[in-house]
Amino acid sequence: MRFAVIRFGGSNCDRDAQYVLSDICGVDCDLIWYKDGLTRPYDAVILPGGFSYGDYLRAGAIAARTPVMKEVIAHAEKGGLVLGICNGAQILAESGLVPGVFTINAYPKFICRSVQLRVETPDSPFTSLYKKGDVIRIPIAHKEGRYVAPEDILSELNKREQIAFRFCDDAGNVTPESNPNGAMEHITGVLNRGRNVLAMMPHPERASEEILNSDDGRKVFLSMITHIERTKGVTG
Amino acid sequence: MMYLAKITIGLKEGMLDPEATAIRHALGNLGYETDELRTKKLFLVRFDATDAREAEEKARGMCERLLANPVIHHFEIEVHR
Repeated sequence: MRFAVIRFGGSNCDRDAQYVLSDICGVDCDLIWYKDGLTRPYDAVILPGGFSYGDYLRAGAIAARTPVMKEVIAHAEKGGLVLGICNGAQILAESGLVPGVFTINAYPKFICRSVQLRVETPDSPFTSLYKKGDVIRIPIAHKEGRYVAPEDILSELNKREQIAFRFCDDAGNVTPESNPNGAMEHITGVLNRGRNVLAMMPHPERASEEILNSDDGRKVFLSMITHIERTKGVTG
Repeated sequence: MMYLAKITIGLKEGMLDPEATAIRHALGNLGYETDELRTKKLFLVRFDATDAREAEEKARGMCERLLANPVIHHFEIEVHR
């Protein structure tokens, strides 16, 4: 089993993601410079957080048009897992791998703090180790994270249970006060239709060890590993 | 033939424009009461095309493929020689 973390110029959570995968979860994980491309088969590709291309034009817009993204799209089309975290999520939305867009927060400032998320579906390779309705604590760190999608797309997402995470309060209630960035329907984690691509604004790699106050995010990576083990028919 | 495309990109009607709200608020602090403020981005792009029609088509392609995000933006194109 092998993961890849793609670093663009301006990525800054690439090593955190690799550290969690290799040191905490114990799987092989390569850090890949985006110009080098995916030179070997990978079970999962992670687009990490950061500020690729300085957020020029729109966050993620330029990275989404780099040649390596064609390879990431091909990987996803073959059923490979793709996880986009924060800037990675913006890149996935900009590349069309998930519907909608993550745009400037309703109150237009950078927010960096721990938030509560409600797990909306355990039916995905990224959330299978959670239970529906679990309330988890994971930090966000973004200025352009407000999820926006047209009404028809939103109703599709609801119908097909493609919403992975919503902002909520401690008790799991979706209230206006618990929505830090004004995201439509409090959405902050979106799956593609094939459920093998997840774009999420919160940073699970920053909440994967108890010493960091929460290890609630680790299950995102462990769910992916479990899924890969199952589909490959291997253990360990 | 060289053409200059003036591409203006703005948010679709009804889209929240937090930047505009903040700017409007700051104008209010300076004593300028305003009813509306909207922000747009202007791109000036010079490139080769056989005629105005092709220039406009190319500019449209640039908008659809990179400069605008169709989920939230609309765009206007003017081409000049």
